[in-house]
Amino acid sequence: MKSTTRPSDFWLGGRRISEAASLALLVPFAVVLLIAFILPLATLLHESLFEPAFNTANYARAFAEPVYVRVMGRTLRVAVFVTVAALLLGYPLALAMSRAKGLALTLLAAAVVLPLWTSVLVRTYAWIVLLQRNGLINQALTSLGIVDAPAKLLYTEGAVVLAMAHVLLPFMVLPIYSALRGIPEDYAKAALMLGASRWSTFREVTWPLSLPGVASGCLMVFLLALGFFVTPALVGGPQQMMVATLISQQVREMLNWPFAGALVGILLAFVLALTLAFNRFIRIERFVGTRT
Amino acid sequence: MSRPLSRPPSAVASGLASRAVAYAVVVFLLLPTAIVMPMSVSPEKYLQFPPSGFSLKWYSAYFTDRDWIDSTLFSLQTGLVAAASATVVGTMAALALVRGKVRGKSIVELLIVGPVIVPHIALAVAMFLVFDRLRLTGTLLGFAMAHTVLALPFVIFTVLAGLYRYDADLEMAALSCGAGRLRTFWHVTLPMILPSVLSAALFAFIISFDEAVVSFFISDLDHKSLPRKMFEDIDYDISPVLAGVATMLTLLTIAVLIAGHYFRQLSDRRAAAAHAEGAAK
Amino acid sequence: MAAANAQDTVRTSSGRVAVSELVKRFGSVAAVDGVSLAVEPGEFVALLGPSGSGKTTILMMIAGFEYPTSGRVEISGADMTFAAPNKRNLGMVFQRYTLFPHMTVEDNIAFPLKMRGVSRGERMKRAQAALEAVRLAGYGGRQPGQLSGGQQQRVALARAIVYEPRVLLMDEPLSALDKNLREEMQLEIKHLQRELGITVIFVTHDQTEALTMADRVAVLDHGRLQQIGTPRDLYERPATPFVAGFIGETNFLPAKSMAAAGSGALVPIALELGSGNSAMTVGAVPANALLRVAIRPERLVLSKAGAQGLQGTIVETIYAGSATTCVVEIGNGARLRARIAAERADAAWSPGDQVAVSWRPEHARAFAGTP
Repeated sequence: MKSTTRPSDFWLGGRRISEAASLALLVPFAVVLLIAFILPLATLLHESLFEPAFNTANYARAFAEPVYVRVMGRTLRVAVFVTVAALLLGYPLALAMSRAKGLALTLLAAAVVLPLWTSVLVRTYAWIVLLQRNGLINQALTSLGIVDAPAKLLYTEGAVVLAMAHVLLPFMVLPIYSALRGIPEDYAKAALMLGASRWSTFREVTWPLSLPGVASGCLMVFLLALGFFVTPALVGGPQQMMVATLISQQVREMLNWPFAGALVGILLAFVLALTLAFNRFIRIERFVGTRT
Repeated sequence: MSRPLSRPPSAVASGLASRAVAYAVVVFLLLPTAIVMPMSVSPEKYLQFPPSGFSLKWYSAYFTDRDWIDSTLFSLQTGLVAAASATVVGTMAALALVRGKVRGKSIVELLIVGPVIVPHIALAVAMFLVFDRLRLTGTLLGFAMAHTVLALPFVIFTVLAGLYRYDADLEMAALSCGAGRLRTFWHVTLPMILPSVLSAALFAFIISFDEAVVSFFISDLDHKSLPRKMFEDIDYDISPVLAGVATMLTLLTIAVLIAGHYFRQLSDRRAAAAHAEGAAK
Repeated sequence: MAAANAQDTVRTSSGRVAVSELVKRFGSVAAVDGVSLAVEPGEFVALLGPSGSGKTTILMMIAGFEYPTSGRVEISGADMTFAAPNKRNLGMVFQRYTLFPHMTVEDNIAFPLKMRGVSRGERMKRAQAALEAVRLAGYGGRQPGQLSGGQQQRVALARAIVYEPRVLLMDEPLSALDKNLREEMQLEIKHLQRELGITVIFVTHDQTEALTMADRVAVLDHGRLQQIGTPRDLYERPATPFVAGFIGETNFLPAKSMAAAGSGALVPIALELGSGNSAMTVGAVPANALLRVAIRPERLVLSKAGAQGLQGTIVETIYAGSATTCVVEIGNGARLRARIAAERADAAWSPGDQVAVSWRPEHARAFAGTP
């Protein structure tokens, strides 16, 4: 397939940019990723496995000591609760969005997109304000007489779940909305003509066809929740330690890099395994968009 | 109601029910962010309902506090640098992927998606390890590199979308008119994808400016990002100055989103105009 | 070669395009399979063929957007096989106009001049002249999206000629236009070409377009050149069954050649269609071979049944104003289409009529091989 004489111009390879030029364009990208992504991760993982010689003691420790096992268990548990909460709250919203038009759609979309792009610190701070001892919720509860003294809302597992569900909700809504919008209206109409009730139509037609979006959203929220740092740190505090806050503690207070590295390694392995397993639903290549 | 229902009663009922839930969720989504706004102008330290007065003292406290202003300026700086570098690097990469010949596209795709999949805590701690040894913590260079990596995937997605939408034949036409590759890019390709590139730059800025986890770890005592300062404040002394900062940040986000929306519409209009040419009779 | 001779070559061959043994393979498929042809300066040549015939690929290789797998491209006497497309100084008009949407009409046309470093004042002057040449004076300030399809195509044309290239390439530029507009544009392009004396290579799948516009037509099929010649050559003396079938309408009949009678070049050919229905003709073909005989519908003569020729029954008559087509069944399921001009006295046939179909021997062409 190669031509017998070389094209005269470095940039031109006929209709496309030549291979050499394409490579040149990708070099800065590769360099940045190598220095600021691959190298740091490799160094950290190296620390966890080679201090000084190859051993998996740090990894074993994570699973051996009950404290750490509890932390991992809590992380998983919270992640599951957050995913379920986000699904229960997010699906109706996505459904309403898929049926909305014009101004209503714009408003609903704005309501989802604005929190998505607002700093996570702003949103977490808002939850702290709400859940504090003299925060709004406690004020409402005491003034309505439901409780006698302000309840301890902050620094509980429930608070963490609630705040994280709020922060991660847009990641659930958007894929489900996208999947629902892809369902042609005619399907529901056909089902109704054939005698199905609204609920049956939803159960037999809409819900199954939206499953790829649901799976996508659940996976994203779950994975994000596993590694989440800011919200558990501020809303959960040291009593509700999760993997991310544990890693932080090991690094900043204990200066135990190898163990922190092992925890990161475990987290990464889990995340990567899940991603690969569910790649069928998300199909990363299409998501990236290099092939249409 | 004298007007007959346009849909069967069951449809209206279930429609109302699901809409009610949806709007309840919307309130849930917006409420927390919305309450910080009245709090930022309340003279009290804790938000009360009904609010007791109006005061801008928390805003003036912010503007007179060295630490707050320094961290804001630092975040602005890193945001601009990171946005610029991510946009340039990302646009080049997108061009190569769409218009070039790349062997091993799958590896490139993995590298693009990597920073999205890997949890930020992992990246934060890893970067802290390396930066600490290289004395890059708290430096503009360190932050710029870290935030560039985090913003690159989004820049590439956005520019890729813009590149796919516009007609590649325009480049052929430019070449046939005598323009070399670089001039074709400058005169034809770039103007056509400019809305996408600008909106990518905007989002890269916001990603960097709001980035909380990595910047928490790679800040140092004298040079910290705004999110890091906010984190410290929440942890140690939760003052309403935070409410003022939060309000300003939210307004900034709204402004950026509107600008991004405007750019995307511009890009859509350009693409439609280019395709209308082929369909016009 | 002495310098003077070289200059002579360039001058006299300026505007000449020649491809030799051009091959383009994509994987194992040969889109272009050994094509050689030459276009003389000032000539209008059409590359005609169905989709997949390789005509656009050949144009792309002349333009420089594809590099050949093997073969040569020569433009104005110089080897341009691997020259960059922006260095070939060719004009090109694309199927989808491809005007730059973010520039005005004027800026679009002036763009190639800008690339050549022409000063702004001079650029605008020449762009105006080009606009006048395509009869769009005054449209300079508009955006491309505001123009109709025909107008956009004319702007594309103006942009392609404003820098006075010697050769203009056109890739099915009129296929997006409706019929009337297309015919109007065909005339305009032809006039412009005559006026400018420019060489044009025009790709199309529409044989009427090729026949009306071109000085010579190159017919391509599956990457091979079937025949190149004037429209009349192609129509009246098609070299292959493909050309005979692609250009205009043709009737094909199975036949067999007999032994050569004497030393003449012409050999008797027998057409047998069962039930004793047969006819004889002659042709310059190998003896004792299986053949296909091609006859144009307007060359068939219908007479009352019993006269000399193939006997048949009219099954359908299609009235089309200036001519009527009669479909005649002649046995063995074979059908012939005869086109009879309105003014011919024998035009009034009806379905069911028994007729005899005949033709003059020189109007039949025989090709080797079975259908």
